[in-house]
Amino acid sequence: MSPLALKKGASRKSAYDLKNPLSETIETHTLTVIVDNEAGVLARVIGLFSGRGYNIDSLTVAETDHEGHISRINIVTTGTPAVIEQIKAQLARMVPVHTVHDLTVEGASVERELAMLKVVGTGDKRVEAMRLADIFRANVVDASLESFIFELTGTPEKIDAFIDLMRPLGLTDIARTGVAAMARGA
Amino acid sequence: MSRQMTGAQIVVQALKDQGVDTVFGYPGGAVLPIYDEIFQQNNIRHILVRHEQGATHAAEGYARATGKPGVVLVTSGPGATNAVTGMTDALMDSIPMIVLTGQVPTFMIGNDAFQEADTVGITRPCTKHNWLVKDTDSLADTLHQAFHVATSGRPGPVLIDIPKDVQFATGRYTPKQKANTGRYQPQVKGDIDAITRAVEALEKAKRPIIYSGGGVINSGRGASQLLRELSDATGIPITSTLMGLGAYPASGKNWLGMLGMHGTYEANMAMHDCDYMLCIGARFDDRITGRTDAFSPNSYKVHIDIDPSSINKIIHVDTPIIGDVGHILEDLLKVWKSRGRKTKSEAIAKWWKQIDEWRAVDCLSYKNSDKIIKPQYALERLEALTKGMDRYVCTEVGQHQMWAAQYLGFEEPHRWMTSGGLGTMGYGTPASMGIQIAHPDALVINIAGEASWLMNMQEMGTAAQYNLKTKQFILNNERLGMVRQWQELLHGSRYSHSWSEALPDFVKLAEAFGAKGIRCSDPADLDDAIMEMLNHDGPVIFDCLVEKHENCFPMIPSGKAHNDMLLGEASTEGAITGGGGALV
Repeated sequence: MSPLALKKGASRKSAYDLKNPLSETIETHTLTVIVDNEAGVLARVIGLFSGRGYNIDSLTVAETDHEGHISRINIVTTGTPAVIEQIKAQLARMVPVHTVHDLTVEGASVERELAMLKVVGTGDKRVEAMRLADIFRANVVDASLESFIFELTGTPEKIDAFIDLMRPLGLTDIARTGVAAMARGA
Repeated sequence: MSRQMTGAQIVVQALKDQGVDTVFGYPGGAVLPIYDEIFQQNNIRHILVRHEQGATHAAEGYARATGKPGVVLVTSGPGATNAVTGMTDALMDSIPMIVLTGQVPTFMIGNDAFQEADTVGITRPCTKHNWLVKDTDSLADTLHQAFHVATSGRPGPVLIDIPKDVQFATGRYTPKQKANTGRYQPQVKGDIDAITRAVEALEKAKRPIIYSGGGVINSGRGASQLLRELSDATGIPITSTLMGLGAYPASGKNWLGMLGMHGTYEANMAMHDCDYMLCIGARFDDRITGRTDAFSPNSYKVHIDIDPSSINKIIHVDTPIIGDVGHILEDLLKVWKSRGRKTKSEAIAKWWKQIDEWRAVDCLSYKNSDKIIKPQYALERLEALTKGMDRYVCTEVGQHQMWAAQYLGFEEPHRWMTSGGLGTMGYGTPASMGIQIAHPDALVINIAGEASWLMNMQEMGTAAQYNLKTKQFILNNERLGMVRQWQELLHGSRYSHSWSEALPDFVKLAEAFGAKGIRCSDPADLDDAIMEMLNHDGPVIFDCLVEKHENCFPMIPSGKAHNDMLLGEASTEGAITGGGGALV
């Protein structure tokens, strides 16, 4: 007997009117969390995820305002729509948390990750690695006669694709930063 | 007007500024400077407990009985780890508490020093927030912020870890009014659109119910008054969680009794069959909902809660309203009145007829005996003999707790203090001490089982020292009654380790603690024995020997819906099936 024929869980201002909150589909969401950079704040956020059984696919954190001691945490997480809503609510009620934004649903956003890959090899494989790196616009940040370190920035998918290509060409080491993300526009 | 003082002086000054009159604590090496300051003043009374867990539960009892935050002072290492259970209990039940722990000096942190523990690390998940204070200058701000965080929004425990060198060092004191308490400011006013939607649905409801919880009590006395006004003005039946008992009076005309696993038949049936549910300051706990996919399937649900993470956590609701219960109820009543005080009164009258049929089942009836004291009978007599008294009741955890909730009536908030969320055996004895300290002249009864009671019985020493005349009313069935009941229902009556062998003689134990001991095993003597307990001006341990195999009914077995209740022994055969056995 919904008097205003609203969907369950949806408010008139909600951006989720079209989503079924009871859906069991697993979704991936990118959250940015602005926090006071106080001692233990990262442990608090991570503890929330492990304590309540949420997933962290990727996490980056750094102080973005050194005077105000404010840090930005980017978290990529997966869960059903209900779980994602819970994660956001649980994060938002923490004392050092200023804001929580779900970039996946709040309009368009840009996501970037940086990766470094060490590829060891000689001959054709080395040439092929160099050529593919060119195509992906990866930079060479270290070179020896038997190895390169490529630096690549892009979406996680692009980095995954590059890693897959490098694997048969002598990939020995991967370092990835995890996702940094930001909403588009003003 | 900031002043220089030592860290220890700052602690005591901040407590005074915050209006703290009582601290529950236990000294140790890392808090000696603060204890030295406490020694040199008379504004704050320190209650020496016998175990740090006792300090936390006593502070909870004090907080629950007054609405003010409870304050705990303990040392580093074991002092802090012993306080963990009480903090978790306070977190689950949203009880404001400030725990001050000593810590080894800053230059020794991380060296595995004597009595060092990573207190903020250990307590991070069991506090609302915690702080390690590394310089004396920031101590005052942190203390004032701690009080702010503990008492605003959804209340909870906070912890401040203070290294010993910070207590000795001199720093700046900032008074409460000038302190920087941070930007934590939860929303208290509810969205008026949502409130209006809740009222619109209420006006059309034919089978409405109010389901209230501990949030009403936490919101303050005004919220309980508004709850009463709402139920009485609209004629809507009201039930409550274990935590919310007393917000609406048990003698009130719309009262259905407690709901949930051991709630009344009428309350649970009404929850299942209602078409409009107004959940006020409760959180759809699993003790309340039973099987969630069969929970109140045809109702329009409104959920008022100050904690946004409580919304849609377990049960999806139609209209969430985030904010303080008191503020929202005030607005809700205003909107309802301004729209002409509409209800579907004829339909609601029919709904009451249905409820009266459920009431006629008389779900709390039990088979009494003239040979042995039934626990339900003991509580009925206790209720009858203490009616109208200035009475505060706390409990331990188990069957006795559920029977107390069923057979005692609470007319006012802050009169019933029980460990609901965490279910901490050993909570009641120290809690009763905290309540008695808050209300020295009142009758404070801890309703206990003998097994729970033994868990923190050392606090009888506290009772003796401060002459706290609490009445320890032990329903002694020589069993872990609730465990035994579940083993009967779920594990083929194989009673693995659920009986209490080698129990102490509780009367002698009372005497050893300088208290009065009373034993009663005959129903015919019970009234006199209870009167003897009530008339004694000092602590009493009442050993009430009750039926050993009594089960607590009614009961929604785990994994079952509200309309699938067990009403008595005859209905227990094969009651828990399939996945229900894995639930707790």
